[in-house]
Amino acid sequence: MSALVIETRKLTKRYGDVTAVDNLTLRVREGEVFGLLGPNGSGKTTTILMLLGLTEPTSGTVRVLGLDPARRPLSVKARVGYLPDQVGFYDELTARENLIYIAKLNGLPRDEAYRRIDEALEQMGLADVADHRVATFSRGMRQRLGVAEVMIKRPRLIIMDEPTQGLDPQGAREFLEIIRHLKEQGITILLSSHLLHQVQAVCDRVGLFRKGRMVLEGTVAELARKVLGGGYRIRVEAQGPDGAIEGALKALDAVTRVTRTAKHQYELEAARDLRPQVAKAVVEAGGRLFSLDVEEPSLDEVYSRYFQEVDHGAAA
Amino acid sequence: MALPLERAHEGAEAVAEPVREGSPWTGLWAVVTKEMADHLTSARMHILELLILLTALGTVYAAAQNIRTTIGQDPFIFLKLFTTAREPLPAFVGFLAFLVPLIAIALGFDAVNGEFNRRTMSRVLAQPIYRDALLFGKFLAALFTLALVLTAIWLLTVGLGIVQLGLPPNGEEVARGLIFLVATVFYGGIWLAVAMVFSILFRSPATAALASIAVWLFFTVFWSIIAGVLAPILRPVRFGFPEEELAQLQLEFFLLRLSPNTLYAEATLALLRPTVRALGFVLPTQLQGAILGTPLPLRQSLLLIWPQLTGLVAATILLFALGYVLFQRQEIRA
Repeated sequence: MSALVIETRKLTKRYGDVTAVDNLTLRVREGEVFGLLGPNGSGKTTTILMLLGLTEPTSGTVRVLGLDPARRPLSVKARVGYLPDQVGFYDELTARENLIYIAKLNGLPRDEAYRRIDEALEQMGLADVADHRVATFSRGMRQRLGVAEVMIKRPRLIIMDEPTQGLDPQGAREFLEIIRHLKEQGITILLSSHLLHQVQAVCDRVGLFRKGRMVLEGTVAELARKVLGGGYRIRVEAQGPDGAIEGALKALDAVTRVTRTAKHQYELEAARDLRPQVAKAVVEAGGRLFSLDVEEPSLDEVYSRYFQEVDHGAAA
Repeated sequence: MALPLERAHEGAEAVAEPVREGSPWTGLWAVVTKEMADHLTSARMHILELLILLTALGTVYAAAQNIRTTIGQDPFIFLKLFTTAREPLPAFVGFLAFLVPLIAIALGFDAVNGEFNRRTMSRVLAQPIYRDALLFGKFLAALFTLALVLTAIWLLTVGLGIVQLGLPPNGEEVARGLIFLVATVFYGGIWLAVAMVFSILFRSPATAALASIAVWLFFTVFWSIIAGVLAPILRPVRFGFPEEELAQLQLEFFLLRLSPNTLYAEATLALLRPTVRALGFVLPTQLQGAILGTPLPLRQSLLLIWPQLTGLVAATILLFALGYVLFQRQEIRA
């Protein structure tokens, strides 16, 4: 097993009576992309600030790259890149000047700093606008400048808070491409988001946050199995003797739920891809099969189902 | 069994490692140079520089016109450049007492909340520096900018004085002028620290600017009135004894000197008018043996205003310390 880049144990943060993060145990391994999911106010940003040593935990321990951010903040911040949500720059300075300031704060020697800045701007496709004032930049360009700034540090871990929020679809796609590119370079990435299909597209593992607790953790497929009881959703359109088809479908192995969505349409939830078995069952029940569709588990569904169930549970 | 072991391990680590690594001033000069560059190129600063330049030229020119007629009668003719007023213009020091707080407030009122509003705060603090460096760097940068501007104007007025009066300042005049310059910078430092405290307290720069100006107006306009009202209430003259009247007067002076404006006014008065040998209330017995109208040597003048000078510096440091504590406790998330 590869080394742990982030490790928290019973991490808790209270603001007065409000518990923002509650007994969080989080492990992120080297080289993986980990997604923090959850509604606003579920403790994602607070967790990130504690990982960077920008907020002191109330209790519990944090280790980032094996260091305690509360005791050795300079070492941690020198090795970890942070891209805050809605990243801001000094508008009256150029892109290059903004990066020079950051390089100076990192104590980089001048020549090395200039080399890294040119390289980072080139990589992010901002070389042409390097000497334009940031005030003229679009949201997407600022976001890429944010990544360029993080790259100057040559970080081993990058933490991104809502990186694709406010980007247009094209910009968001490009940004996900950047994340994949960073991962290829062996950089560990922790990102928080509530834009689920994007998280699904890039993350190796995700953690679902609710009211300061991480309630689910694992790969998207694992979560789907846990929450949706499988997560394969099969749509069937078939005509046949009333009730017979529905009965036959319910009798199938590994089917967790059957709903009749229209007169001749059924929706199945199953732990596996059951298309051949469904086709056979329909025909054997004397029905005529018109169409058969399968939908792979989506994080969107896991998310909405999970919160639906929890909220129902809370209301009951 | 695992828990005690873990605790023991953590305890050992706490002993081995220092409380926090590194120096709190890491990155300080990066902040100072960046902030100074910002100040010196900002439009806000240019406007203020222009304003102060005009007043400096105007007042000194007017003063020089006035003084020319009395050349040769006063050994400290040069210092009069700063203090002589010609209607309708007030003297140079009067203008400075008025303009320096404005410049200082303009330099400081969006120091911290501006970073939050531009959303650069978390990004800057995610760099390997402590908050200390950011706040102190901003303060130093503004103070240096203020010192730079004031020094330029000081040199300009002295130069203009030489041209206008046709004689150079003597050594003591230069020394007095330089100390006056330092006092002016720290007078600005107080208002800078006030503005920075408000920029930490309020998220809106406009609110912070208004609050700073309100405090400045309070001390400039109302404080002397309030001191005049408070003193008779706190130390009433019941039986008409001279001791009672003295106590009341002393209290009034004490109250007045809580205002940085009074401290600055007294300090400049003693520095620029060497004949001033007492500030505030003086009993005739205390003046026994004094030759009125003769100038004091610089050391004696300094001795006279030492409390005022240390007061100005101390107030600057205290207000900065207040801002420092507030900033350290502030949550970074908006």
